[in-house]
Amino acid sequence: MKHLTSIRELDTGSAIAILDNADELGAVNSREVKKLPALRGKTVVNLFYENSTRTRISFEIAAKRLSADVINFAAATSSVSKGESLKDTAQTLEALGADAIVIRHPMSGAAQTLATKGWISGSVVNAGDGSHEHPTQALLDALTIRQIKKSGDDLAGIKVLIVGDIQHSRVARSNVLLLSLLGAEVTLAGPETLLPKTFAAMGCKISHSFEEALAEKPDVVMMLRVQRERMQGTFFPSEREYAAKWSLSGERFKMLGNQTIILHPGPMNRGFEISNEAADDPRSAVLTQVRNGLSVRMAVLYKLMAGEG
Amino acid sequence: MQVFKGVLLASGETTDITVEGSQVTKVGKTTESGLDCPGLMALPGFVDLHTHLRQPGYEASETVLSGSRSGAAGGYTALFAMANSDPVADTASVVEQVMKLGEEAGLLEVRPIGAVTKGLAGTELSALGLMANSKAKVKVFSDDGHCVHDPLVMQRALTYVKGLGAVIAQHAQEPRLTEGSQMNSGELSTELGLKGWPSVAEESIIARDALLAEQVGARLHICHLTTAGAVDVVRWAKARGIQITAEVTPHHLMLTEDLVRSYDPVYKVNPPLRRTEDTLALREGLIDGTIDIIGTDHAPHSSEKKDCEWEQAAFGMVGLEHAASVAQEVLIESGASDWKRFTEVMSSKPAEIGSLEGHGTIAEGQPANLVLLDPAASRTVTAVTHSLSHNNPFAGRELKGRVVHTVFRGKFSVKDGKVKNA
Repeated sequence: MKHLTSIRELDTGSAIAILDNADELGAVNSREVKKLPALRGKTVVNLFYENSTRTRISFEIAAKRLSADVINFAAATSSVSKGESLKDTAQTLEALGADAIVIRHPMSGAAQTLATKGWISGSVVNAGDGSHEHPTQALLDALTIRQIKKSGDDLAGIKVLIVGDIQHSRVARSNVLLLSLLGAEVTLAGPETLLPKTFAAMGCKISHSFEEALAEKPDVVMMLRVQRERMQGTFFPSEREYAAKWSLSGERFKMLGNQTIILHPGPMNRGFEISNEAADDPRSAVLTQVRNGLSVRMAVLYKLMAGEG
Repeated sequence: MQVFKGVLLASGETTDITVEGSQVTKVGKTTESGLDCPGLMALPGFVDLHTHLRQPGYEASETVLSGSRSGAAGGYTALFAMANSDPVADTASVVEQVMKLGEEAGLLEVRPIGAVTKGLAGTELSALGLMANSKAKVKVFSDDGHCVHDPLVMQRALTYVKGLGAVIAQHAQEPRLTEGSQMNSGELSTELGLKGWPSVAEESIIARDALLAEQVGARLHICHLTTAGAVDVVRWAKARGIQITAEVTPHHLMLTEDLVRSYDPVYKVNPPLRRTEDTLALREGLIDGTIDIIGTDHAPHSSEKKDCEWEQAAFGMVGLEHAASVAQEVLIESGASDWKRFTEVMSSKPAEIGSLEGHGTIAEGQPANLVLLDPAASRTVTAVTHSLSHNNPFAGRELKGRVVHTVFRGKFSVKDGKVKNA
């Protein structure tokens, strides 16, 4: 495996192998010397066309823990603003010695295009492309659920509810594909305008009522941010109305089971899609997600760059 | 004098065709010797009502000359050049310039299409009458690439153009429903995270314009139908007696949205590739006469416009050199129709819609505009053709049918598959 641009590139076995590897590599993060020599001499470039401090730092630390050299290229503030194409930027970075490019891009498909057009020979990791996919986020979510639920290799029978702005969410798409690949039952919930019925074809259930979806007693509730930056025009009447129907708060928060895991890919909008009460509850695994993000990205970089042999 | 011996006509008859000067002088057996054409079909030269020749303004993608060469290679003897050049073909001087470039190339007849609105902006009528009265004698007006979306502007344009004896070719795309749209709207666009292009954006404009054409008693042509629903709307309008004609492209007849999974911009086109059920409805419509013609929407783009992210890439595909093979696949190889229908959709009907004389028929006393093709030949489509651009979604596919000779006004524009140097 050379690239990771979509969960579609994984089968159940390879997904479990990445999670297993992430568990092992994660142990490094609690050692005194948090470093392995696996990628010594290799260079990883974080090529970010969208601002994302959290994901960029996570990839950066992951690469450094494997002893790779890391270059951060914030494309929004570089020569790209002078009109340089993705092709030229990527080829320039490779000429400078990049062995892998971790790319975040506002356009769906950009990572796959970079991996398949023949522009470069190195590995490509998708760190989020438009509304398409964010595979390492789904892997870290799967790892978090697997750890807390102690469900063995996969996520068989675990009920996951993903709530909010599904339409614009690459996190939701990657999670539907990965969690169902691992045997979980995924339900998406959100207002009709942000959750078209066509999502069902990806292998999940659809609900337009948060209360009804919670009544199914999900094991995991993942809250998504409303992505105003990807919206053209109006999708719901007001933030107040959205929060009234779709925020994890009040009566809905009380409907959660004792063991229900609360997830959020961050950054959270407290008081909008999630209340303080929910975000700070012991059932919230938001910081575990962040920690697992590091291990999963180490596992992915290791798999793509060090090879399996 | 040139005699084509033993050619097969669309009627199934085997005969000889005698050409003297620029005219066909005899269709029938003759004792004169000539070019033996065993197994070759002789058909009226093809007429494309929908070509983007890109000149003036975008000569890196195509010129009138290179597009003429590509057209001749595809068996065309007439191309209607769309108005979205730079400057836009919205004045008499631009359409006359395009016509003149076509005459200089001399490989086929280039008929300029005039813009409906100034600068294709959709607000003010362009110089419709002046273009119609110019040396280019414009008979087709279109803002193709843009929809004439303002209903009042469309109503006025239909009314005005009716008085000129011309037709409006509408690019049916409701702009608000397709802001930022990238591909067909459906399960696949959802998964790929690309903004969907709903079929209702096409169908609603066709329905509206059919009713407007009915109200003012004008002729209306619909460019590139892509959806099953659009075929239904056109079928309904024809049954109602509205003067509407419709077109389909080679790519919408054969290719589907599944190709977009690759995010390869060679498959990015406006209107977008649709579902298999849509291609089937389009084929049915083409066979039963609901859809009148095949128009290529030949839309060359230089490689910079396609060698990039999907959302960044330009819309469009080339089409002139494989359109006939696609028509053969859909009408003949399928067993669903015949060469008479093939001739209608590729030649006589587009000539009629465009008020183009001297094309669309092989008859004594008529200009010798014809194509001889070998329907039994198979070939692999290549990206590199006579077009300056290589954005060919059929590249690598095996298609039947090969253009052997193209004759324009009695002279070979293509002989033995080789395009004459202009």
